[in-house]
Amino acid sequence: MALELRGITKRFGSLVANDAIDLEVRPGEIHCLLGENGAGKSTLMNILYGLYQPDEGEIRVGGSPLRLDGPRSAINAGIGMVHQHFMLVPVFTVAENVMLGDERVKGPLLDQGAARRHVREVSERYGLAVDPDATVGDLPVGVQQRVEIVKALTRNAKILILDEPTAVLTPQETRELFTVMGRLREAGTAIVFITHKLKEVKAIADRITVIRRGKVVGTADPSASESELAALMVGRQVRLKVEKEPARDTGAAPAFSVRDLTVRNLAGQAVVDGVSLDIRPGEVLGVAGVQGNGQTELTQAVLGLIEPESGSIVLDGAELTGRSPRERLRAGLGFVPEDRGHDGLVGTASVAENLILDLYDRPPFGRRGTMDVREVRRNAAQRVEEFDIRTTSIEQPVGELSGGNQQKVVVAREMSRPLRMLVISQPTRGVDVGAMEFIHQRIIRERDQGRPVLLVSTELDEVMALSDRVAVMYGGKIVAVVPADTSTEKIGLLMAGANPEDVVDE
Amino acid sequence: MSEQPTEKKAAPAGEKAPPGGLRRVLDEILQGSWLVTALAVVLALFFGAIMIIVSDEEVRGTFSYFFAAPGDALSASWTAVSEAYGALFRGAVWNPESSWNVATAIAPFSETLTEATPLLLGGLAIGLAFRSGLFNIGGQGQLIMGAICATLVGFTVQGPVVVAAVLAVLAGIAGGALYGALVGLLKARTGAHEVIVTIMLNYVAVSFLVWLITTDAVKNHERNEPLSKSVSEAAELPRLLSWLPEGGGSLRLHAGLLIAAAAVFFCWWLLNRSTLGFELRAVGANPTAARTAGMSVGRSQIMAMLISGGLMGIVGATQVLGTANANNALTPSIDAGLGFTAITVALLGRASPVGTVFAAILFGALQAGGRAMQASSGVSIEIVTVIQALIVLFVAAPPLVRGLFRLKGAGGSKAALASKGWNG
Repeated sequence: MALELRGITKRFGSLVANDAIDLEVRPGEIHCLLGENGAGKSTLMNILYGLYQPDEGEIRVGGSPLRLDGPRSAINAGIGMVHQHFMLVPVFTVAENVMLGDERVKGPLLDQGAARRHVREVSERYGLAVDPDATVGDLPVGVQQRVEIVKALTRNAKILILDEPTAVLTPQETRELFTVMGRLREAGTAIVFITHKLKEVKAIADRITVIRRGKVVGTADPSASESELAALMVGRQVRLKVEKEPARDTGAAPAFSVRDLTVRNLAGQAVVDGVSLDIRPGEVLGVAGVQGNGQTELTQAVLGLIEPESGSIVLDGAELTGRSPRERLRAGLGFVPEDRGHDGLVGTASVAENLILDLYDRPPFGRRGTMDVREVRRNAAQRVEEFDIRTTSIEQPVGELSGGNQQKVVVAREMSRPLRMLVISQPTRGVDVGAMEFIHQRIIRERDQGRPVLLVSTELDEVMALSDRVAVMYGGKIVAVVPADTSTEKIGLLMAGANPEDVVDE
Repeated sequence: MSEQPTEKKAAPAGEKAPPGGLRRVLDEILQGSWLVTALAVVLALFFGAIMIIVSDEEVRGTFSYFFAAPGDALSASWTAVSEAYGALFRGAVWNPESSWNVATAIAPFSETLTEATPLLLGGLAIGLAFRSGLFNIGGQGQLIMGAICATLVGFTVQGPVVVAAVLAVLAGIAGGALYGALVGLLKARTGAHEVIVTIMLNYVAVSFLVWLITTDAVKNHERNEPLSKSVSEAAELPRLLSWLPEGGGSLRLHAGLLIAAAAVFFCWWLLNRSTLGFELRAVGANPTAARTAGMSVGRSQIMAMLISGGLMGIVGATQVLGTANANNALTPSIDAGLGFTAITVALLGRASPVGTVFAAILFGALQAGGRAMQASSGVSIEIVTVIQALIVLFVAAPPLVRGLFRLKGAGGSKAALASKGWNG
């Protein structure tokens, strides 16, 4: 049973998330959907699973058009989905989770026996070893994912969507997943495999469709080289032009240094693995990399939100490790977190209050425990003017502003105090073009005032446009530091984990 | 995560927002509109009226021949309800039939304010914790610890009037504050959830109190029932209206009201004008953003519980030193359920100091009026408790109230529910 998408278009306000997308998936094929974060892959799959309704276009399964008004109708049409974040109840057993939403009854009771048998049957048929009586919360992530697959298969899924399934897996678990995918392919299941990892695509895909900015930009064969795929994925579109002079003081001693920094997560994995980097005054060092390769943890360690296992962080000759986030902010560290809603702003508090979120207890805003409300308002009026923050009033809750204006509030706050260093992550995620240019200019202005800037972005274009040097992070390590005029293809390859020596030799 | 010894590592556990469900309900209540609150009161009184009708045997009798003479049933119902609510009003606000002198005229409202005093202090305590993102279910325990400390000081110190009372109240604050801070400390250091810790500490406090008033040092040897020694007269809170001629002496309003008024101002200032309050609100609304801005989430939680417990401790002190208790001594039921009623007051007052004033006066009026209602029209005072519960129930279910009155809803709640998964 083949799946066909014809001219699928989905708009969110003025944003076109999917623009006339055509896609065809055949039975017994692993069709890879390749694209950067935010390219529109997940939107497309949510349409396919009935979670969103397309504005235009048609979905056909086995030749007949299909209207999907919810996951239930998708399941009935034989479409199964394994989400990036599992939809499992941790305190239930495997059998109970598989049964959930599809409960069979025996008299007044749930038919647990049938569910267990069903799980065993499916897991034996496809070699997906899972114990129906295990509690899901106790299982490793890879096995939980298998439970999700079993869940889809027990509902007779003929088309299986895997949304970035390897993002949460270890390399071994990934290999096991590929084995399972291979067996499903032999059994005639159509698989849509969503990813941005080139190696995996080459390892398992039968056909590849590349999506960029909501459009299908091409199809490729798995025999295509990684650099061809990277070029397709990252694109050659015009770089966002940022007006800037080359960094002046290229010979100066570094103002900010990280040495052999290692951070482990709760599971004990080194998410930042022996990272060393130097930033000179008046220089932007951009960290490029696919999301989840340790960039977040690197910036968190610089601010002191997580304690590194080992290594040192030095700003202007002073050691930062062991000091609290507040002490580091006081030492002149400006910090723009990657997720403003989560880490940067208090959504229910006013614009004025958010503009002093890390300044509230120091003059002129706070003196001896008392806040000077007039000063807070004066400051807010000034910042709103200076940073062109579009708000109905400085008392408006910041959560009601648009993404771009929220980001301006964070940037305005961090840049409104004397800085000695700026750490800025995803400066323009979810930000409109106007605000984007403005924020970019402000970053360059900080640089031109002689500050070291650590820029982290998953938007390669942004890193290339703003940075003086680019450090590529992969698997918790800085795999290479290259000049900003290195080709996107090369950097894309490095981001995807290609061997640096091969890339540099090209 | 909770076994990790250092504060730094434990912090992420401590900063975890309370479980999504509780948090969401709280957000909904705290951000609801005052109109919904007013309508909730109207609705609750309406259902209270139905209960008055149903619980009155005579009125029920008239309903047995409703279809023969509906006028009888309706007029009997109207009489029962208007008499009951009339008595409630006369007991809580003003009695037009009373003889005309100042003391008698203000007696009902004096009762209302007397009842409102502990509710106001307690409501402020719980509301402050809410604002800091904490569910302080331990009001009972903190209140009891405050009452114990105030009593111990109260019967020990034989100083001049004001000094003894001030010392006893300060002891009450200290007792409640330390008992509250213990909760904050456990949460900040180990990530223990404050709801569970406070509930358990309530048991500890109640049992400690029951044991304490049987010990020789504390027990009242002249009485048989479990009772502590009375505090010295100097430690009693002075009555505010005893100077009024013709019956001023019987008015129970005491200096606790002044303390409560000061506490309202303190809480307002703390939340809106102090750097600590800014921190508490930021941590309460978004702990991760607060931490990223350099605030210490653990310190805020400890401070919030310290202050909340201290306010609860004042309630304990006024229960003993005020006019709630004729013996001015500890009894096993000294808390009178105030630790929990305070939660409803705080919810009704939207955890804002000013809102809490109105909520406490409303509940105080229902309490004072309820007694009068029971005395004069024979309607059980329990109806008042049900009305109080219904008010909070309706406030907690804004979509229900909006639906009943066909108001346009904010409508955000449904989407918020849908967007959160199992772990939300």
